[in-house]
Amino acid sequence: MLNYIKSYLDSTTTPGQAGNMFWASVYILLIFLGLSVAVIAMNWLERKILAHMQVRLGPMRVGPHGLLQPIADAIKLLIKEDIMPSQADGFVFWVAPIIVVITAFTVFIVVPFGPTHAVTDMNIGVLFMLGVSSLSVLGIVMAGWASNSHYPLMGALRSSAQMVSYEIAMGLAVVSAVLMTSLNQTGTGTLSMIGIVQSQQAQQVWFAFKFFPLGLIAFFVFAVAMVAETNRAPFDLPEAESELTAGFHTEYSGFRWSLFFLAEYSAMIAVSSIAVTLWLGGWLRPFPHLLSGSTWDVVFSLLPGITFLLLGLIALVGVFRMPKHPYFRVQTIGLAGFGVVLGLIGLLLFLPPVRGRIQDIFWFSAKVAFFMYLYIWYRGTFPRYRFDQLMKVGWKVLLPVGIGVLILTAVAGVLL
Amino acid sequence: MQPVATTFFFYFLSGLTLVAGILVITRRNPVHSALALILALLGQAGLYLMLYAPFVAGVQIILYAGGIMVLFLFVIMLVNIEKSQKEEQFNKQWVVGILAAVALGVLFVLVYTKGKSLFPERVAQLPEQSNTQEIAVMLYGNYMFTFEIASLLLLVAIIGAVVMAKKRI
Repeated sequence: MLNYIKSYLDSTTTPGQAGNMFWASVYILLIFLGLSVAVIAMNWLERKILAHMQVRLGPMRVGPHGLLQPIADAIKLLIKEDIMPSQADGFVFWVAPIIVVITAFTVFIVVPFGPTHAVTDMNIGVLFMLGVSSLSVLGIVMAGWASNSHYPLMGALRSSAQMVSYEIAMGLAVVSAVLMTSLNQTGTGTLSMIGIVQSQQAQQVWFAFKFFPLGLIAFFVFAVAMVAETNRAPFDLPEAESELTAGFHTEYSGFRWSLFFLAEYSAMIAVSSIAVTLWLGGWLRPFPHLLSGSTWDVVFSLLPGITFLLLGLIALVGVFRMPKHPYFRVQTIGLAGFGVVLGLIGLLLFLPPVRGRIQDIFWFSAKVAFFMYLYIWYRGTFPRYRFDQLMKVGWKVLLPVGIGVLILTAVAGVLL
Repeated sequence: MQPVATTFFFYFLSGLTLVAGILVITRRNPVHSALALILALLGQAGLYLMLYAPFVAGVQIILYAGGIMVLFLFVIMLVNIEKSQKEEQFNKQWVVGILAAVALGVLFVLVYTKGKSLFPERVAQLPEQSNTQEIAVMLYGNYMFTFEIASLLLLVAIIGAVVMAKKRI
């Protein structure tokens, strides 16, 4: 069995292309698990980072530094009473969160974590991601309408208007990146996620820095549009709590609400991975050509392990800074255990066979994690837009800029 | 790679599309009708995928299911549902309806019986990998003129919508 796994690790295609159902299911399970862990981590990090930005402590009680808070939250949500408004449209109310979750998770079957680390590589990868994530607005509209209440309806209306308008700017930015894959070399253009990263590898440039500053502007348009697309601050008007209590999910509670929560965060990860794949070189490590050679390869391959060791070290610093009162003994031991686990993972990542294979996944996740931090940062710093301002930014700024970049990219591709 | 369970998926998707289509015309609630229409469109997208046309399937999902139907729902949600539910759902044009149904049925039967001589035996099997490229070559090469005319038509429609929606230009 070990030999079977080992022989698979050397394969050169994704399980979907090889038609291998078993490995495809394994990948799907792994991605599902990884996403759930990422959402849990994001929940904790968001509360903690926002708290520190506002000079608060954030969750501190459940577990050392509130590390177990997301788990406590999840248990609370699961055992909460599940309320359905009596005047709600039962079936639509029931099916809306499911649609949102399914669309948020389905897009991950084409996300390339590495040249072979994707469930499948579709010919229409980017189109598939955009299409399926555009279906999630249906779930939001259904949730808002089925609740049969004013705030959710207003939230759903806002959300559908917002998502439909920003999808256009997003699509234009994506098209200009797709255009970059094929310029001056007929037949190399591709929509497949893996193909796009491979063409960045072949052209030796991340598309964000191609045709400077065109790639950067397209990337910026996408980066703004993707925040609006996922209904996050500063574009979180569909759930603006000061105006609409909680927007489209006002009437949802308990488990159904947690499905919306899960979908929101995995949609954030999904759009971030589109941005990473299209503009930031996907799984490619930074400076693959500037700092090439075997020495640099080794240095960069050590980074995943060093990252985890550093995290473990931070946890150990936390252990020493814990109050010495006996009341905190369990928490101190727990934090020390957590630090040791992180350190062991770091040591595991130093083993040559592991570190060679983990690299793509590490760089992809690191880039996505950067975007996740940006999301939290935006939320902590930007004030919320008014709805007319939001529409103005979408239609009068991002759309013309997107069209301009698209035309200029095509011109630059023909001339340069 | 061999397609998995092709016959099963064909019957499943076409059955889904048909059932959803029937739901569209029988539901009293317009929102339910619109949702069933989305299901029908998605089933159709699946059928396109089975015909090795992934690009058409993707565009179908983005444009119809994700774009147009959201705008449909957007408008329908604002309609007073209680009032619309009391209104008569079917008009009584029995004669015209039956005539149209019979004509369509005859057409179907004719296609089924004589289809073998009318249509080519096999369609040239395009490799799935280059479907998008093939469409691009067709649209921007062979059918450039018609494609541009269609886009001009869309532009006129957009300008018309703006003119009608804006009070002061």
